[in-house]
Amino acid sequence: MGIEQKLGNMGVVTTSLETMVNWSRTNAMWPMLFGLACCAIEMMSAQSSSYDMSRFGMELMRASPRQSDLMIVAGRVSKKMGPVLRRLYDQMPEPKWVIAMGDCASCGGVFNNYAIYQGVDEVVPVDVFVAGCPPRPEALIHGVLTIHEKVKGEKFSDLAVK
Amino acid sequence: MDKKLEPIVKAVQGKFSAKFEEFRNEVHMFVNPDQIVDALTMLRDEHQFELLSALTAVDNYPQTSPRFYVIYQLTSLAQNLSLQLKVPVNGDKPKVPTVTRVYSVANWRERELFDMFGIEVEGHPDPRRILMPDDTEGHPLRRDFPLGYEEPQFTFNFDEIDLRKPYAKE
Repeated sequence: MGIEQKLGNMGVVTTSLETMVNWSRTNAMWPMLFGLACCAIEMMSAQSSSYDMSRFGMELMRASPRQSDLMIVAGRVSKKMGPVLRRLYDQMPEPKWVIAMGDCASCGGVFNNYAIYQGVDEVVPVDVFVAGCPPRPEALIHGVLTIHEKVKGEKFSDLAVK
Repeated sequence: MDKKLEPIVKAVQGKFSAKFEEFRNEVHMFVNPDQIVDALTMLRDEHQFELLSALTAVDNYPQTSPRFYVIYQLTSLAQNLSLQLKVPVNGDKPKVPTVTRVYSVANWRERELFDMFGIEVEGHPDPRRILMPDDTEGHPLRRDFPLGYEEPQFTFNFDEIDLRKPYAKE
């Protein structure tokens, strides 16, 4: 099935190193295991057998930031949690990506007050915002696939600047 | 008023010349800041109010006198009674004495009182903020504290807010 039929008998694929590396990054992207509020329930649901994020190589939620590539900020970030979140982000090895899951993480949601960050992009640089309160697991998976598209288009020359 | 509460209210009234008001069977007594420690000690030792179930405040802004009421809610488990003591305090930098020596549970409650209302607690063993980060400016539950932290971005003001929004760096 799949690639074997197209190969014929050669057993050779020609591609660029960039495509190869990006392909491997997309298909083994490990999210960090942490949730901040009710969005985390939907995130767990997306991991579970009904939605099954492991279809996209994401069956491993790493409990350590040092082993993860993707941070899913699932929930509202309070002012006191902000420095902690930033520290977790700083501990993740490059390359790393961030999904702001749900309205609270994206823009503060209903919590326009003194205690909550109005968008987690004030704390960590965000790649994909997923709307919804909370987003359904399908929406989160769509966000993940959007990140995959982004990663597939990344150039080494751009990453070197970071 | 509960019949069991009547002698207690009378005793507090007699000793501290405190006014009281009653609303739907709840009794509030007004006590001055310098009397609150003695009043709580008396209620705890002589009238079995063994639990300080809540310690909070009310901001009457823009009314300035009194600007705040600090509220001590007492419960007597032995007698099944409850009683509120209200302490009026004035000004932007009000002070109340600590009651941690009477009820040790007041420690964190008084820190919250300072954190949320900016009411300084004199003699507190650990006078730090409890909920907000240490570098917070202002006291969020005061009525003159701005309601929203940030204007919502709509289509018409998106660019303007985008300019001053503190985005994170890589």
